[in-house]
Amino acid sequence: MSSRRQSDIEPGAGRAGLFLGVGLIGAGLCLGALAAQALPPGQDQARMLAHFTQRFGEIPLADYVYGSLMFDPEAMARHDAMLDFPPHASLLDAGERLWTRPFRDGKTYADCLPDAGLGLARSYPRYDLAQGRVITFEDALNDCRTRHGETPYDLLDSQTMGVLSAHARGLSDGMKMDIRVPDGPAMMAYLDGRRTFHARLGQHNYACASCHVLHAGDRLGAQILSPAPGQATHWPVFPAGQGPVTLQAQYLACFQRMGHVPDGPGSAMLNNLEYYHSALSNGLPMRAAVPRP
Amino acid sequence: MKLEMRDLMMAVTLSLALGTSGAQAAAGEPSGKSLVLAPAKGNCVACHALPTVKEATPAGNSGSPLIAMSARFPDKAALRAMIWDATAVNPASFMPPFGKHRILTGDEIDRIVEFIYEL
Ligand code: HEC
Ligand code: HEC
Repeated sequence: MSSRRQSDIEPGAGRAGLFLGVGLIGAGLCLGALAAQALPPGQDQARMLAHFTQRFGEIPLADYVYGSLMFDPEAMARHDAMLDFPPHASLLDAGERLWTRPFRDGKTYADCLPDAGLGLARSYPRYDLAQGRVITFEDALNDCRTRHGETPYDLLDSQTMGVLSAHARGLSDGMKMDIRVPDGPAMMAYLDGRRTFHARLGQHNYACASCHVLHAGDRLGAQILSPAPGQATHWPVFPAGQGPVTLQAQYLACFQRMGHVPDGPGSAMLNNLEYYHSALSNGLPMRAAVPRP
Repeated sequence: MKLEMRDLMMAVTLSLALGTSGAQAAAGEPSGKSLVLAPAKGNCVACHALPTVKEATPAGNSGSPLIAMSARFPDKAALRAMIWDATAVNPASFMPPFGKHRILTGDEIDRIVEFIYEL
């Protein structure tokens, strides 16, 4: 792999710069990043897809939602069988019960959210001008709770927020991801997330992009690395009927592989990362609560 | 197997002598081979196949198979340098800079070099 190809898809060393002692080539990457900063999200996605087309040949866009399964027909067959008889069905029922249970004041999530939550998850994360920050779909669910006199759920608690989110995101099933990034503070947050995604961090010196762009399709031990576009369409996941694992919980697991300790769930760092990472899936169909073999 | 046990005993004795904690000694995998395989140490198999080492599975494939190393690296120091900091050779390298980022000690890297040099 040439460093030119790297600079095409890894815009800038960002936070890692200090740790890395960026040399001449590193400086070149940074300059590349500055030049690339005017690119709107659609072009970031297009550049990544072009990279994968070059590596693997033409892949139907919709196949990206299957992640590493698309490189592994056997695992795909197991996944399909699990879809027919979801081992996590009871967890989805628990999510629906949480969704319909009224708050203290008698209202429900459906009363609190626009269009009763239908098709809502596909446009999250979004930049909230009033709060001056990116909020995720799970933040929006928690906002409903606090507005109606309830305490917010722990973002990492699979038995509350996990199953609730599985049900509520399911109300966007089949619809296409549609993350909007208007100019201004939203774009700044997007670019911050993009920096995090492409920065080499931690003791192992990986960027998210090392595994999910440059080496997507390669095997890391027994696991096939999935490409970044499509990754955000199907959360939370139910690995082997367990879980659910929310998207930010997955981020934390991957940061651990990097040997890096990020800010916590719901932080600006992770929400901005989710904003950028989700926009890479724009136009792809959502399917919440999928099983993973 | 016997060899590894002896290495382990030696490491325990050594670390006791040096005053390092027992926990550290128990977690430390002392031979070059076990350092290559250990997930929390080299974990080289995550990215490289080692076709002549039967325990090296499941192996990843982002790096090339580690085989015939003495032919490919006549200069042992160059092999060591690659493991110390692959990004010095290729800034875009996927391979963690094991020495530079203190994932492995210099001594551990030496033992890995001795082991893979014979592959
Ligand atoms: C050293 C390798 C490595 C790095 C670095 C890494 N990941 Fe991962 N990631 C994996 C592996 C292995 C899996 C499981 C196989 C797969 O689905 O790709 C995974 C899975 C995922 C998934 C779930 C994919 C799916 O469709 O179920 C997401 C999302 C993800 N990673 C995001 C990230 C983000 C964001 C970062 C950076 C903060 C990151 N990863 C860094 C190795 C890595
Ligand atoms: C996360 C992936 C990864 C890990 C872990 C890893 N390597 Fe590598 N290694 C690579 C890649 C990719 C290359 C190809 C050259 C490059 O990109 O720098 C490489 C190159 C090498 C080379 C240069 C010769 C060649 O075959 O190209 C040696 C020697 C090597 N690795 C040894 C090791 C040893 C020993 C370990 C464990 C201590 C290790 N690697 C761990 C990914 C890895």
